[in-house]
Amino acid sequence: MLRESPPVIAKHASLGRAKPGFRGRIAAIDAKGNGSGLTADELERRLIELGFVEGASVEILHEGLIAHDPIAVRVDCATVALRRREAMAILVV
Amino acid sequence: MNAVTNLGILRCALVGTPNSGKTSLFNALTGSRQKVANYPGVTVERKTGVLHAPSGLCFSMVDLPGTYSLRARSPDEEITRDAVLGKLASETPPDFLVCVADATNLRLAFRLVLELRQVGRPMMLVLNMMDIAKRRGIEIDTEKLAAELGFPVVTAVAVRKGGVDALIAAMDDFALTRAGADGVCSWKPPSVADLRAGQNEADRIIRAAVKLPAKPDSLTTKLDSVLLHPIGGVICLFVILFVMFQAVFTWAQPLMELISGGFDSLGSFVRAGLPPGLLQSFITDGVIGGVGSVLVFLPQILILFLFILLLEDLGYMARAAFLMDRIMGGAGLHGRAFIPLLSSFACAIPGIMSTRVIDNRKDRLTTILVAPLMTCSARIPVYTLIIAAFIPNKNVGGIFSLQGLVMFGLYAAGILSALGVSFAAKQLFWRQEMSPPFMLELPDYKIPDPKSVGIGLMTRAQAFLKRAGTTIFAMTVLIWFLASFPQAPVGATGPAIDYSLAAMIGKAIHPLLAPIGFNWQISVALIPGMAAREVAVAALGTVYSISGGDVESAVGSLLAHQWSLATALAFLAWYIFAPQCASTLVVIRRETGSAKWMWITFGYMLAMAYVAAFATYHIAVALGAG
Repeated sequence: MLRESPPVIAKHASLGRAKPGFRGRIAAIDAKGNGSGLTADELERRLIELGFVEGASVEILHEGLIAHDPIAVRVDCATVALRRREAMAILVV
Repeated sequence: MNAVTNLGILRCALVGTPNSGKTSLFNALTGSRQKVANYPGVTVERKTGVLHAPSGLCFSMVDLPGTYSLRARSPDEEITRDAVLGKLASETPPDFLVCVADATNLRLAFRLVLELRQVGRPMMLVLNMMDIAKRRGIEIDTEKLAAELGFPVVTAVAVRKGGVDALIAAMDDFALTRAGADGVCSWKPPSVADLRAGQNEADRIIRAAVKLPAKPDSLTTKLDSVLLHPIGGVICLFVILFVMFQAVFTWAQPLMELISGGFDSLGSFVRAGLPPGLLQSFITDGVIGGVGSVLVFLPQILILFLFILLLEDLGYMARAAFLMDRIMGGAGLHGRAFIPLLSSFACAIPGIMSTRVIDNRKDRLTTILVAPLMTCSARIPVYTLIIAAFIPNKNVGGIFSLQGLVMFGLYAAGILSALGVSFAAKQLFWRQEMSPPFMLELPDYKIPDPKSVGIGLMTRAQAFLKRAGTTIFAMTVLIWFLASFPQAPVGATGPAIDYSLAAMIGKAIHPLLAPIGFNWQISVALIPGMAAREVAVAALGTVYSISGGDVESAVGSLLAHQWSLATALAFLAWYIFAPQCASTLVVIRRETGSAKWMWITFGYMLAMAYVAAFATYHIAVALGAG
């Protein structure tokens, strides 16, 4: 049974705004209106390819020196680095 | 044909996500029987090797570039996709696939495995790094996995002796039973829903067949708390970069001197044995000089790549890219460009070769374009000569030596111009393209495998010698030819070079160089000076008929009397930018795969050199230094 992306609930927090030490689960991916120059589809695909799917646990481990960017995020058992701009598309609870 | 069966050579392709230890596995299977070339038409490396199994079977293996999905987002990934699908025009499709996964990091690997399953080619799965998995308490039920996936699953420890025996036995088995039995290819580029479904299915399989330990591994986390700390991490990075720079800049020197000294002795030996004349000159200056001028690059290349390979295998390179992302991004450069650019301060050739650490083609080309502007060590003899001869040895403000300030200014000009050219290149060539977003996996820290590092170094050295070395040698012989023919007629009064083709060319271009303050001697010296920047000193010596003894100080005093300050300053400005290094141009051509970027580099550097020298000369004359 295919699990579709659940409808976006506006009140979910975005991983892009979370601080180091934050732990949560991914509720949804909403890549519309992202500032990275990619289409919403393409950004969503790249995020999924690195393991960001609904239900995965996330934890922000580190952030960069300048502008708190980029962030190092543990996704289940792997660790991924990405900019906050792209992380804004990851909605968490 | 094999002794055991009538199977002939079996073609097998290694596929997997990045950081799966695929390369170590490939090295363990093929050892030194591997070859590196390029896929036709692209600058993607093609790694092939041969495995002679103890059973007598023979496998031709190709190590495909790592990818997260067959949906290709870069030239590397396109090669992997096309090779797996059997669509590469230049390759026979593989008989079967060997998927490699890191046993400690299965989620992404399994999603790729499920995608590969759709292709319908016979495949098997290898779980690499099982020793680390066992140590962490990860328990994998390989039989359950094989049942879920529908193909054989084996474990391996690529870096340990005997660690791939089970894999080879499984490959033998596989070859005899299944290879060649293609299924239907139902793969199409996955949509968002397909990818999501694939990941969910992969997660389900992991839950069914893999038992994860209660507490996740903490060594990587502990190291990262220092190495990725916003301040501590950056400090560690700068220390590592400094050590690496020192190694390439300073520690390579004794080795380089050993090599050039060795070739000089060889040259003298030959010179003593042969009668003076054309043959002697050809063999000593042309051939021996040519070979020596290629080999002298090896110490720096090997040392630089040793660091890069170690840092890459350790897992630290990704951390370095993380730390440098914002800093380099602010300057319009890619985060991974810092190593190539830093090494270019020693010599642009290993620097340009090391741009392969940058995956994005546009960023890689930009870095290659600006690397020659970094003040390389070959410029230092030229700078030192002119500064010592023309800049007064006094202090400014009581502390700063004027000569030191000028040297610093020359360095700064190089760096600033690199930033400017990088910005301009982005605007000019790639304004439409967006950089891919910065998203990369930070792999767990691992101890590098000495055998893999050794094979990697050997591969780099061979690639340099074969691809660039042959052309550099040819260029050196050509330049020798221009400087030696035609020979001086008997009873000639001027230096021999005056009668050569180099002098003819130099005098022909002299009218173009006169406006920037260059006299004909400089114009002539620039021709042999194309071989390498530091050759300028010896070339000037030859043109002014100075030879033997301390050429440098003799040339220095002569120039101080013969050149105006304006000419000297213009000469310095010329040398900041001018592409006076045939070897660099050759390497640019080899690394970019076409002559186009080489000519672009030559052209823009020449233009900048001319403009800078012109401005410097006329401003200096206006200020009374003419």
